[in-house]
Amino acid sequence: MSDDTHKDAATKDASAAAKDTAAKDSAGKGAAGKAEGAREFLSVRDLRIHFDTDDGLVKSVDGVSFDLKAGQTLGIVGESGSGKSVTSLGIMGLHTSDRARISGEIWLDGEELIGADKQRVRELRGQKMAMIFQDPLSALHPYYTVGAQIVEAYRVHNKADKKTARKRAVEMLDRVGIPEPARRFNDFPHQFSGGMRQRAMIAMALVNNPQLLIADEPTTALDVTVQAQILDLIRDLQKEFGSAVVMITHDLGVVAEIADRLLVMYAGRCIERGTSEQVFEHPQHPYTWGLLGSMPRIDREQTDRLVPVKGAPPSLINVPSGCAFHPRCPYADVPPDNVTRTERPELRETTGGHFSACHMTREQREKIWTEEIAPKL
Amino acid sequence: MSEPTKQATNAGPAAGAAGTEPEPLLRVTDLAKHFPITKGILKRRVGAVQAVDGLSFDVRPGETLGVVGESGCGKSTMGRLVTRLLEPTGGKVEFEGRDITHLSAGRMRPMRRDVQMIFQDPFGSLNPRHTVGGIVATPFRLQGVTPDGGVKKEVQRLLELVGLNPEHYNRYPHEFSGGQRQRIGIARALALKPKLVVADEPVSALDVSIQAQVVNLLDDLQDELGLTYVIIAHDLSVIRHVSDRIAVMYLGKIVELADRDALYSSPMHPYTKALLSAVPVPDPKRRGAKSERILLKGDVPSPISPPSGCRFHTRCWKATDVCATKEPPLLEIAPGHRTACHHPENAPDQQPQDTEKVLVTPGKPAPVPAQKKGGDEGTQEQKPAK
Repeated sequence: MSDDTHKDAATKDASAAAKDTAAKDSAGKGAAGKAEGAREFLSVRDLRIHFDTDDGLVKSVDGVSFDLKAGQTLGIVGESGSGKSVTSLGIMGLHTSDRARISGEIWLDGEELIGADKQRVRELRGQKMAMIFQDPLSALHPYYTVGAQIVEAYRVHNKADKKTARKRAVEMLDRVGIPEPARRFNDFPHQFSGGMRQRAMIAMALVNNPQLLIADEPTTALDVTVQAQILDLIRDLQKEFGSAVVMITHDLGVVAEIADRLLVMYAGRCIERGTSEQVFEHPQHPYTWGLLGSMPRIDREQTDRLVPVKGAPPSLINVPSGCAFHPRCPYADVPPDNVTRTERPELRETTGGHFSACHMTREQREKIWTEEIAPKL
Repeated sequence: MSEPTKQATNAGPAAGAAGTEPEPLLRVTDLAKHFPITKGILKRRVGAVQAVDGLSFDVRPGETLGVVGESGCGKSTMGRLVTRLLEPTGGKVEFEGRDITHLSAGRMRPMRRDVQMIFQDPFGSLNPRHTVGGIVATPFRLQGVTPDGGVKKEVQRLLELVGLNPEHYNRYPHEFSGGQRQRIGIARALALKPKLVVADEPVSALDVSIQAQVVNLLDDLQDELGLTYVIIAHDLSVIRHVSDRIAVMYLGKIVELADRDALYSSPMHPYTKALLSAVPVPDPKRRGAKSERILLKGDVPSPISPPSGCRFHTRCWKATDVCATKEPPLLEIAPGHRTACHHPENAPDQQPQDTEKVLVTPGKPAPVPAQKKGGDEGTQEQKPAK
């Protein structure tokens, strides 16, 4: 294994990091995953989360793998129903329903989470990994004061008396930028504005200094100016504590702002993965092209028309055969023998550390991207 | 009506700059809406939410006016006032030169043909117990109009126009995805061939790829039918894409009103500048350029007791004494570019004699009267939606 490259993790040497993942992925899944588990802070291998429903088996997450080092930020992008939130809840061990079938491996700091003792996962949750949810109003309990909820999160994992815990909670509220934290400690969630609630949630998530922070659409419900504040806050806190961050969002702008690495999901599968630069500058999958074409860009010249993806995301009960994206893909007929309809494309490496799951050859995609897509964006 | 409309569409935003302004389709003067806050069984009036306070603007035929602002700035209330779904507290709304400010529901009804609305939530705005055909046909029924070739044929034509399968006439809303439902809402709004369509956050509930489809659809329909739009949204990238002119709102007031390109290339109001700088850009290379970002401190103050003078002065880095005392009027500082600021960006200072800065304490920006009222500023805009 490429051990030495790990030392460079903190430095932003993209090529070293890219080689690193490349070596790992070519080494295959199973055994390699275990060996890597100790080094990568979070390693997810072939994660599958299926739900039994009355209408059939819903394959919400169908074979997702990624790695994340301490201090790094991974962005998971996709539309609603692509499985990004289900993935994050899976990592947190929050799929408790009998109907959820989870398989694969999740290694957190060398510890396997799937199949681990429930009590142990509970200890880890909140201590080593924490989550920020999209809607802070429903994630905070309306009946308890904000302060009491943070104190509770602290005392569950630390043997601290109420006074110490309170001090710690006020400290955290102050750290996330809530004015007059000692007074606001006694406020109820409804007395906070949207942005402040999200700050309070972040304070609660970070009260135990978790090394992994999962943020599920943390800014979707917020206004742009508040969104900028919260993204800044997450970035600063990450720098301060050196934690790994998984940022789940549908907004490519937010991801470009904060993520080092990117994973694009479609219908429960990872269809493209790489560093932010790779994915934004040389996207390899037609779906990623579609996402980029769908966004009006404030930083570019005004375009006359957006270039959206046609159709709508598929139902997860009836995922299209072959490549799940083929019914919406304008290039579905480029590969020969109808292969897009019959065979599921594997995640293949294009350039160092940049993977995509598409049947087209690299040359074909390169040509389409440079000649047809990029000029229109 | 379609003649001048087409002309204006072709002339684009440039038409406004010259002296040859067409007669506005909609003219709003000093529009205000204050929602009373009452207390006790006697409904004693204890205050008012000043959701919209003194708006003036024109909408020219064939153009798209974008309205942006953060939640609680009164943009939705504005939309409901100009469509007369709400009764204004003060000011005047004129549609095609006719004063519609205080028309009764009955007198307003014939006007409704010409002014239609597209709503944000494609789930809440369609009756789940009605078929799609019934929903799109409702405007004909209410207005007593029988279109050429019968209602059913016309409804199917409309469904096709917005990109739906006309054979889905008998289906119910739950059988459609969010994007398709939004298309149904659009078909309904277009049924009576309106002149003005007010769209309140038409794409914000949709996925990115669907969002682009609906934006393109609105664009096509405007070209095809010569529609005039007022599009209300909080997404600055979307607004830039769809609008000819843009009004930026803050706490119930328009702080800047300008042509799209002027607004985005040289914003004059500090709030607009901060808003634009906060938009995340989908380009990882730009991350280093973070220093350009203006981070506003704190939250929007409560519209129950808005700050004195310029409403933005509590969060503005350029604020001086005059800002706290004197309200800046919305003045045309450059041709076609109006802004309400004493110290505008990219333009000569309106109050050069006044340079003493008001201290904006970081972390404790606004006088926080909002909190004692339960602090639900974010929802106040929605509340009066009866």
